[in-house]
Amino acid sequence: MASPDITGSARPARSRNNGLSAAAPAAKVVKTQTNGGRTFGIVCAAVLTVFAVLWLLPSLWAIKTSLTANSVAALGAESILKDLHPTFSSYATLLKGGDLWNWYLSSAITSVVSAALVVLFASMAGYALSRMRFRGRNIVFFAVIAGIMVPSNVLIIPIVQQLQAVHLLNTYWSVIFPQVPSVVALFVFKQFFDGIPVELEESARLDGASNWRIYRSIVMPLSKPVISAMAIVTFVGVWNNLILPLYTMSNPKLMTIPVGLASVQGSFGQRYADIQASAILGALPLVILFLVFQRRIVEGVAGTGLKG
Amino acid sequence: MSTTLDRPVTGHGGTRPKAAVSENQTRPAWLFVAPFALFYLAFLLGPSIYMFIASFFDTSLVKTGLGTFAGFANYAEMLGNPSFWSSMWHTLQFTIYTVPPLVVLSFVFAVLANRMTRGSWFWRLAFFVPYILPSATVSLIWVFVFSADTGIWPTIQKWFGAEAPTPVLASPTFAMVGIAITTIWWTIGFNFILYLAGLQDVPRELYEAAALDGATPWQQIRYLTIPMLSRTTTLVILLQIIASLKIFDQVAIMTDGGPGISTEVALTFITRAGFTDNRIGAAAAASFLLFIVIVVIAVARQLIERAQERRAA
Repeated sequence: MASPDITGSARPARSRNNGLSAAAPAAKVVKTQTNGGRTFGIVCAAVLTVFAVLWLLPSLWAIKTSLTANSVAALGAESILKDLHPTFSSYATLLKGGDLWNWYLSSAITSVVSAALVVLFASMAGYALSRMRFRGRNIVFFAVIAGIMVPSNVLIIPIVQQLQAVHLLNTYWSVIFPQVPSVVALFVFKQFFDGIPVELEESARLDGASNWRIYRSIVMPLSKPVISAMAIVTFVGVWNNLILPLYTMSNPKLMTIPVGLASVQGSFGQRYADIQASAILGALPLVILFLVFQRRIVEGVAGTGLKG
Repeated sequence: MSTTLDRPVTGHGGTRPKAAVSENQTRPAWLFVAPFALFYLAFLLGPSIYMFIASFFDTSLVKTGLGTFAGFANYAEMLGNPSFWSSMWHTLQFTIYTVPPLVVLSFVFAVLANRMTRGSWFWRLAFFVPYILPSATVSLIWVFVFSADTGIWPTIQKWFGAEAPTPVLASPTFAMVGIAITTIWWTIGFNFILYLAGLQDVPRELYEAAALDGATPWQQIRYLTIPMLSRTTTLVILLQIIASLKIFDQVAIMTDGGPGISTEVALTFITRAGFTDNRIGAAAAASFLLFIVIVVIAVARQLIERAQERRAA
C-alpha cells in the first residue's frame, strides 16, 4: 500500500479548513425530521453499528489471540475463545528478543528522515513554483503532473538496480531516497502557498529580505497545518511500505517493520500467539500516532487523495 | 472547486509580460527546486526511462550493463506468455472484486456516519484505523482468520454446520476472494474519509428545504446526496482502480501468488521475472505494459474530472 505515492489529486483548498467532524452539520437535520425520519435514524444507527462491530472483530480477534498462550492458540479458534486467562508472554518474548527493536529502529529512522526530507524539499520546490517566476517553470510544472501518474511500485526493479550500482543496498538510504520525490507533497505545498496573501511578504521584500528568508521566516511558519499533515502522511507511508525495503534490505538487523513481519509467518511456524502479537506490536506506533494526531491524519488523507 | 491541475498552467500564461522582473529570479528559483529535482530525476524520471530502455534489451541482474539488444522480443514474449496474461487477469479479477464493494460500502458508511449526531470518533476508529495498519499486520491477521483448522472463519463455518470448511487461502477458487475481503477491510477507511469530506460540502440548507417539502430520508439520499457526491464518487472509483491494479503486498505475504499461480498478480509476476528469474529486460517490458494501463486510467481520470468541472461551472 502506502508509499507516498502518487496517484493523488490534491485538493487541499477544499479540505484544509473544513473540520471533518462529521457530527456537527448533521445535528440540525435530525431535529427537523418527522417521525418517519426518526425510525429511519434508528435503522441507520443499527446498520452502522453492525458494520462497525464487524469491522472491529478481526483486530479484536488478533488481540485476543496475542494474549493467549502459544500452546492454547495452536489448538484452534474455540480454545482461544474459551481461554479466560490472558497472558502477556508473547509480548514479553518479542520485546526481550532483539529483532523487534531493530525493526522499530529501522522503521523509525527511515520514516522520520524521509518525512523531514519530503517536507523540506517539497516545500522549497512548492515555494518556487508558487511564488517565483522563472524560466523553466512550466517544464517543472509538467514534470510534477507527469510524476503524479507514475506508479512508483512499478519502478521497483530499476530502482533496486540503481541502488545496487551505487552500493546503497542494505543501508537506510536505500529506503529513504526513493521515497523523497513525493510529487503529491510538492503539489499540496504549492497549492497551500498559493493561498497565502502576497501582501505578507511584500514589505519584507522591500526591506531586502532574500527568498530564503521569506520562505523560512514568513511562509513556512504560516504553513504548520500542511507541514504536519505531509510529515505524518509521509511517515505512515514509509513506515508501511513493504515492496521497497523487501528488495533493498536483506540484512535482518536493518529490516523495517513490514519486512520483519512478512518474515514472521515462516519463521514462527505454529506460534500463532507470537505471530499475532508481533503483528500488533508492528502497528502499535501507528495506532498511537493516529490517536494523537487523528485530525491531521484524516485531513492529510482527505486533502491529498493519497493512496498506494 | 477548481481543478487544481489546470489553474496554474493557464493562469500564468497571462503574466508573461512581467518577465522583466522575474528574469533575475531564475537562478534562485532553481536553487529552491534543485534538491527536489535531483531526487525526482534519480528515483522517478531516471528509473522510468531506464525501465523503458531496458525493456528492449536482454538485461539481467547478474551482469552489468544492458546486455544484448532484443528489439521488441521482450514485448512479443510477454504478450505471448500465458503467465503474463494470467497475472494480468488476476489483477483485473482483484480489481473487479474490490472496487464495487469499496465504493458502495464506503458511501453507505459515510452517509450513515454523517447522520449520527454523536460518536464520530467511534466510526472513524472502526472504519479508518485498519487503513493506517501496515499491510504486513493486516495480512498476518487475515491469514490467521482464514487458516484451515485453527482459524476463526473455518470455525464459524463449522458452527453453521459446514462439515468441511473452505480452506479460503489454500483454494485456487477462493484465495483471491480472501485477499479481496482483506483489502476491503483494510482500505475502506480511505474512501470513507473522502466521502465524509465530500459530505461537508453539501449545504445542509438543501436537506432542511427537502425535509420541509416532505421528502423522506431515502428520497433525500437518492435525489440530493448521491448527485451532490458524484465528483467524489468518480474520484474514489478511479483512485480505487489504480490502487487495485498495483496490488502487491497482500498477495506477497498471504499467498505469494499461490496456490499454484491462482493469485499471481502483475506486480508479483514482474518482481519474480526480475529478481528471481534475473530477467530484467522481460520484467521491464511487463512493467511498461502495466504502466501504460495505469497511465491510461490516470489520464482518463483527469479528463473526467475536468469535464465534471466544466459541467459544474
